[in-house]
Amino acid sequence: MTEQSFTFDGRPVAFRSGQSLGAALTAAGVRSWRTTRADGRPRGLFCGIGVCFDCLLVVDGRPNERACLQPAAAGMQVESQEGTGHGHLEV
Amino acid sequence: MGTSRSDRVHDVVVVGAGPAGLAAAGRAAALGADVALVDGAAVPGGQYWRQPADDALAGSVASLHHGLARYRRLVERVRGIEAAGGWFPRHQVWTVTREEGTFVVLAITGTGAEEREVGIRGRRLVLAPGAYDRQVPFPGWDLPGVMTAGGVQALLKGHAVTAGRRVVVAGTGPFLLPVAAGLAESGATVAGVHEAASPLAWGRHIGAVVRNVAKLGEGAGYVRTLARHRVPVRTRSVVVAAHGEQVLERLTVARLAADGSVLPGSRTTVAADVLAVGWGFTPQLELPMALGCATRVDVDGSLVCTVDDQQRSSVEGVFVAGEACGIGGADLAVVEGEIAGAAAAGTPLTDRRLLRRRLALRRFAAAMHAAHPVPTGWIDRLTEDTVVCRCEEVTVGRLRSALPLGADDARSAKLLARPGMGWCQGRVCGYAVSCVMSAWTGVPPSPVSIAARSVASPLRLGTVAATEDPSSAAES
Repeated sequence: MTEQSFTFDGRPVAFRSGQSLGAALTAAGVRSWRTTRADGRPRGLFCGIGVCFDCLLVVDGRPNERACLQPAAAGMQVESQEGTGHGHLEV
Repeated sequence: MGTSRSDRVHDVVVVGAGPAGLAAAGRAAALGADVALVDGAAVPGGQYWRQPADDALAGSVASLHHGLARYRRLVERVRGIEAAGGWFPRHQVWTVTREEGTFVVLAITGTGAEEREVGIRGRRLVLAPGAYDRQVPFPGWDLPGVMTAGGVQALLKGHAVTAGRRVVVAGTGPFLLPVAAGLAESGATVAGVHEAASPLAWGRHIGAVVRNVAKLGEGAGYVRTLARHRVPVRTRSVVVAAHGEQVLERLTVARLAADGSVLPGSRTTVAADVLAVGWGFTPQLELPMALGCATRVDVDGSLVCTVDDQQRSSVEGVFVAGEACGIGGADLAVVEGEIAGAAAAGTPLTDRRLLRRRLALRRFAAAMHAAHPVPTGWIDRLTEDTVVCRCEEVTVGRLRSALPLGADDARSAKLLARPGMGWCQGRVCGYAVSCVMSAWTGVPPSPVSIAARSVASPLRLGTVAATEDPSSAAES
């Protein structure tokens, strides 16, 4: 089996070809990777099939990607998302 | 980013490559039609036969699938479509328009800088959009670790990942059994299956059940698997609350009385890192509704498309098959797909056996819905700080604050308190908001108002902006 990895908040996470980011994070024991916009509550996978948008995270600098749909790729830089994911734009 | 549109006009465009869409596309192609098959996933199968995007991964989950031989036969039949350039995987359809007597299916493909829109033209459409888990809120359901039963199944079938180490499966309906059995077979500890319905509920529909003996056999197989793994299966049992600091740690489960209320003194606590919960399914009706297809409310309370005995919708040239015509499972979806594919290809089936099979399966589905209702007591168990709309973080208290402002149904509540205004556009909370508002005001729920959405799949504004005007596209 070929083991590859992406980074999640700077640390490596292994995945198998064909797995989504959400699946690989779940397999690595990561449950939550987003905080909500209003109350800052933790969220992770909920519907798992692209319907609910709870599992949003930042992929290679792009916020609001659905972890359940986004295929994992070697070398991807994945980060947890706070609120809208556009916090770096705030002044 | 731009839009690419082929000049090719297919005889039939099939949207959705699950059981219904696969059957429709294969049947239409076998009858000589030039077919396009469009799906959001990389591999055909839909949610029921969800396949990993990689062969090695697919090998490790093959044993979890039911009816895999049939799936392979259906896929074999659409090989010719792929060879003829008609297979569009990883294409997320966001809407359908009309242009000069043809339908144009607009889909987004690629991610990041590679994202673009593709227009696929056809003279006739078969819509097989499928369904997703129906949910009702309860205290703590927004904790990470609480997942839909379908989502837990998707992780397992599509990615070979067990959602947790110690999982509770709950809600209602026959789908809970394969989810629990799959988890148990894959090494997770299933701490319990909590089915809200009474085990006697099917007894009143014995006629519909005996005509579908194979389905009983399938269910019995899952029950044997659960028994082998010593998984406790409780009926008239429900998860009433989820607890944990940052993630799910414990669940409160309770026994239900016949009226859907919790039996006093029956509450117990169960440790779990994942809850897989589902209360039936909600059909995805965005595309048929965008085209103006007539709808009706099915026996389970879901809005579904009205179709005739050839799966024709009320709109000329638009056929609908599978869960969008009423939640009924993969067997019914395949039958409806065969009928729709043949009719869309211009050669309606005269095989009365297939039509009789559809009737028997629909009766079975009606019996299933009657045996597995959503027990009404869930509304009484909501607390003021229970989140109803997960996207906009609208609590029961905030929803209630819309009442004195004049909110009397899900639609007016949406305008005044924002449930359903977020990313998912009310797909997750629409049913619940509609039920809660109806319980509070006495105004009957309106499934149409919560199902109408102009965009079937969210997309970036830049993609829409880059879309050519259909009339200028036709001129160029």
